[in-house]
Amino acid sequence: MELVCPAGSLVALKKALAAGADAVYVGFRDDTNARHFAGLNFTEEAIAEGIELAHGMGRRVYLAINTYPRPQGWQRWTAAVDRAADLGVDALILADIGVFDYARNRHPELRLHLSVQGSATNPEAIRFYHEEFGIRRAVVPRVLSLAQVRAVIAASPVPIEVFGFGSLCVMAEGRCILSSYATGCSPNTYGACSPGHAVEWRETGIGVETRLGGVLIDRFGSDEPAGYPTLCKGRFQVAGETFYALEEPTSLNTLPILPDLMAAGVAAIKIEGRQRSPAYVERVTRVWRQAIDACRADPEHFRPRTDWVEALQRVSEGTQTTLGALDRPWQ
Amino acid sequence: MAMNRLSRPAGHTTPPRVALGPVPYHWSRERLDAFYDWAVASSVDIVYLGETVCPKRRSYRGADWARVAAALRQAGKEVVRSTLTLIEAASELGAVQRLCASDEPLVEVNDIGALQLRKGRPFVTGPAINIYNAATLNRLAGLGLRRWVLPLELSRDTLAALQAERPAGVETEVLVHGRMALAWSARCFTARAHHLAKDECGFCCLDYPDGMPLATREDEAFLQVNGVQLQSARPVNLIGAWDELLALGVDVVRVMPQAEGMDRVLAQVEACRQGARSPAEAARALDALAEDGTCDGYWYGEAGLHRHAG
Repeated sequence: MELVCPAGSLVALKKALAAGADAVYVGFRDDTNARHFAGLNFTEEAIAEGIELAHGMGRRVYLAINTYPRPQGWQRWTAAVDRAADLGVDALILADIGVFDYARNRHPELRLHLSVQGSATNPEAIRFYHEEFGIRRAVVPRVLSLAQVRAVIAASPVPIEVFGFGSLCVMAEGRCILSSYATGCSPNTYGACSPGHAVEWRETGIGVETRLGGVLIDRFGSDEPAGYPTLCKGRFQVAGETFYALEEPTSLNTLPILPDLMAAGVAAIKIEGRQRSPAYVERVTRVWRQAIDACRADPEHFRPRTDWVEALQRVSEGTQTTLGALDRPWQ
Repeated sequence: MAMNRLSRPAGHTTPPRVALGPVPYHWSRERLDAFYDWAVASSVDIVYLGETVCPKRRSYRGADWARVAAALRQAGKEVVRSTLTLIEAASELGAVQRLCASDEPLVEVNDIGALQLRKGRPFVTGPAINIYNAATLNRLAGLGLRRWVLPLELSRDTLAALQAERPAGVETEVLVHGRMALAWSARCFTARAHHLAKDECGFCCLDYPDGMPLATREDEAFLQVNGVQLQSARPVNLIGAWDELLALGVDVVRVMPQAEGMDRVLAQVEACRQGARSPAEAARALDALAEDGTCDGYWYGEAGLHRHAG
């Protein structure tokens, strides 16, 4: 089982490698990838240096070009694919059919992975990208139960990568436009959900209001920590009740079911968080390296260690974690 | 700017056909029967049929869809059978496989898995299939694409650029009225609002023929909860952009089913199509029907919930 870790900077990439990542995934500094944040991501020079480092250690670097180009920006995406090929990345992580088509035709030697943004939740969808573009791996959205992950792996023509830890998308990735409904920018088009430029924090007499594109996402009393207004993690009113109608502020953590994922034949575990700090990357990578090694050595007696759980909780949204959709009752 | 392109005579001379999208809500058998009786007698040209949201909903079985399809075809309508949108379980895939392998002349695929099962034979892509550029449009045209529905968050400028490179034999459809499907999840938000597990939902969504309203904490209508789907609370209203749609060569305009007032919605679209009413007047009439207002922001490249025109 490969451990695939995020890096939003060369510092984070180095930390991930030092902490035991088998592969690190990165993006260019623009809207061609789904973590398009100011000050984040890589220049060509930084990626080249990262690849040299990783290859020297026998590790890999993947590059995400996983947003959906519109005609106005098409050349930016094809240029990104060309640059990635020149740089010698170990795999490209793509979502858009047009970009797949370009990459396959122009650079047939490039190894292609299907991004979670490609939204393939069943074996036939994965087969589509395999037959049409020869993908070698697929990352599945965070909407499947453990039983469904098993079934997908059993029928998939390619190895499957699942999210192990990090921010939890409640919606099928690649098919969620809640963010652009409120702000005009979505992960598909802009490379970010609930983007910072659309966020407002308003002090009121009784606490803090958070808004996204002007829409009230939540209110916090002076005794409550005010969370970032990710649209699906706000409190709303349904049928007269005010609550987290879509999802609580919480992070995904699959550590408790790692032996099940391993037994199911999951080929790679992905850690979310290219937008997070190098310290986050180092901490989470170290825990997961130890956990995967321990589980591989003795799956039957695997138990998440207390210090691992605490380390992960400290970096989790709202300091809470969940198994998400993998656990059927969550659904 | 788009207006320069629009002023050129690029579009069709014949007005677009009108399509009725698939019913997104869990309606009772009686409500579905009444709705499709109305559709048979209505002026719509195309009707999309099938459960696109939740595989557990069974008000209609296969024989019921077949009966309605036959009645609609008898009345001269084109019928397109629609697949489920978020396909997860093997059982769901089985049902989609049967539909895609059937001799239906046209199937609306709403998931890439369905596209895979249908490729090589004629299909329509629903709005959740991401066709954002000409390379994608061309690739799918080679696999049997006959019509595509513009993804909801794309603007008129993007549509104009895509229409300019549209392959031959592919029609374009645009949603012009109705609530927009904004997100899909494994979680059932209707069951969650009732504090029920998804597996023990008791079909609580049957009680909400237009979905459950979700409002912000300052009482602004924001979303509509419809099982595993979230919709915009405000319907999109692009009737005011009728002349642009025509100039851009849009072949089909789609209206989405809602529990009440479909005849009034269709009457405005029809008045517009026949030139009996100006698009601006028709748009205002449709705005008046919507309690929480309408939106059209995506069309103008803005936040989807904005109301730009009018």
